[in-house]
Amino acid sequence: MLDFVQQLVSGIALGCVYGLIALGFVLVYKATEVVNFAQGDLMMLGGFFAFTFIGLLGLNYWIGFAGAVICMALFGMLAERVVVRPILGYPQFSIIMATIGLGYFLRSVTGMIWGTDDFKIETPFSQGVLRIGSLVLAYDKLSVIAATIILCALLYLFFNRTTLGTAMRASSENMLAAYYMGIPVKRVVSIVWAISAAVATCAGVLLAPITFIHSNVGLVLGLKAFPAAVLGGFGSIPGAVVGGVLIGVIESMAGFYLPQGWKDVAPYIVLLAVLLLKPEGLFGLHVRKKV
Amino acid sequence: MRFLFKTDYEDDIRLFPHSGYIYTYGLLLAVLLIAPYLLSSYLMSQLVFVCIYATVGVGLMILTGFTGQASLGHAAFLAIGAYTAAYLQQYNVPFPVYFLAAGLLTGVVGALVGFPALRLQGIYLVIATISFAFIVEEILARWESVTHGNEGMRVKTIQLLGNSVSRDGPVFYYLCLAVLVLTIVGTLNLLRSPTGRAFVAIRDSETAARSMGINVALYKVKSFAISAAITGFAGVLFAHKLSFISPEMFTLQLSIEFIIVILIGGTFSLHGAVLGAIFLVMIDPFLTYLKDDMPGVIAGVAATFGAGTERAAHIQDAVAAFASANGLKGAIYGIIIVVFVLFEPLGLYGRWLKIKLFFQLFPLYKRATFKRQKIYVKSERNR
Repeated sequence: MLDFVQQLVSGIALGCVYGLIALGFVLVYKATEVVNFAQGDLMMLGGFFAFTFIGLLGLNYWIGFAGAVICMALFGMLAERVVVRPILGYPQFSIIMATIGLGYFLRSVTGMIWGTDDFKIETPFSQGVLRIGSLVLAYDKLSVIAATIILCALLYLFFNRTTLGTAMRASSENMLAAYYMGIPVKRVVSIVWAISAAVATCAGVLLAPITFIHSNVGLVLGLKAFPAAVLGGFGSIPGAVVGGVLIGVIESMAGFYLPQGWKDVAPYIVLLAVLLLKPEGLFGLHVRKKV
Repeated sequence: MRFLFKTDYEDDIRLFPHSGYIYTYGLLLAVLLIAPYLLSSYLMSQLVFVCIYATVGVGLMILTGFTGQASLGHAAFLAIGAYTAAYLQQYNVPFPVYFLAAGLLTGVVGALVGFPALRLQGIYLVIATISFAFIVEEILARWESVTHGNEGMRVKTIQLLGNSVSRDGPVFYYLCLAVLVLTIVGTLNLLRSPTGRAFVAIRDSETAARSMGINVALYKVKSFAISAAITGFAGVLFAHKLSFISPEMFTLQLSIEFIIVILIGGTFSLHGAVLGAIFLVMIDPFLTYLKDDMPGVIAGVAATFGAGTERAAHIQDAVAAFASANGLKGAIYGIIIVVFVLFEPLGLYGRWLKIKLFFQLFPLYKRATFKRQKIYVKSERNR
């Protein structure tokens, strides 16, 4: 039983990381109907920025964290301006390919600048555990869970309660109509990319103590976070986190109870099963087709 | 400029719209047939890869380009073809038999993937095919009694009519070329048949196709099966060319390369698959060439502009260091994809059409002829 709870908690912590990356996917999708395949690589880049500020320049953890978030928000805007804006409004597939290309580029350039080794960031949560009875919970994992809950709540409120959030939802429904209503669609898209890059950076920095930062981490985790977003139903913020946690728990349980090799495929098998039963994901909206 | 007067449907669907086609393609085929006697063995080997990639490209084109179903899982189909060949070969099954069996099995698997994919669209289909590819990759790594797991499998040379066909020899090249040409001709015939028309109708609008009486589910499954079978055939050749296969060859990276093939070539025509394959396969030797020669060239240029010998040598070293940096290839890949999506959305074949039209209409060519319409209004969620 204790093993089970332990696995459950570590699965939830891992799942929260997937959920954080999936949040980035969902944000961009919600506002622009664009699937950003480079989301994992933005996370990786954010981790490297934080590593540079904290590990190499020796700044305080929180200052370095904030610096990385700001830098990545600007970078997200830049990426949107260069890669996405010229093809906004074209079929989804071209944008998917463009972001795949962006991901390739970011991975190689990061590898060229920082090298291909594993890096570690010293965080205040690196050491120490919380003991509840005989249950042992590491602070770094708890910090991920806490951050995910806070970010998820903030973003949910942002999308449903603020004017800017409403503008974002409107522009995803129908860009042209949103533009006619006086919403500055281009700026909205730019802002949403900045937010999603910032969220990705949070994921990257929180993740650094758990799995180290290296130039391929974005690809590996991005490919896990993507099913998470789909499982939750692309376009639902709580769905992304729930999907992420599900994937994390399934992975962790499969790694513990099933023979070797199941750990990596179990999330995908579950995903395929869910897609078969509910093609729009667990929390997705079912919309009738229009001709 | 030539005007083609079409008086009936037969005229419209002819394989060769006019005699010029026969001459150009005949000439191309003749050049390809004598290529082994002209090119170095390295280039011949690359040409074989062009044939294999182009075959996969044609297969993917049927599914993605003509039926509109994106797939990022074609590496798995290639793997199934390759492994079927390697497995059956152990039991001395003759080449033609296992070649056909590999295609058939892959086609059946493709149809099985097609069924769940019926309900999925756009991004959900992409993730479903990626998941399928992951699962296949894992099965190949774990099912050791059949696939030898991560140790991989050796693939012996082809035994055809009592002779062994070396993977570097011209006969193997002719075999690959024949498979490619047959695939292209078969696909062209498919596309002008009712089945092909149905595929294109589904791509353009599923609802409209359904209301015209097309059984969308049936044709989607067919498209998946045909596309997978062609990829399976290519997989057999791929296995023989490499003479060794292991699960880590068939990763997502390879699936993305196949998508790049049709994206760079142009997703609306079979020419695109071939042009894209040429581009993708030839970019490697080209980059190696640049890596070896660029530093010298740049240093030479610097020297002519008045830099001293020492300075020129320094520049040469710097450029050489940059060119041999790890991962430069990935960066160039990335830039190429982005540049094509942004500036050449119709791909290489689209560029060729533009150039052709420019000369045909000279001096009346208008840039706007090929302008794409932006569709801000349509949300793909509600489609």
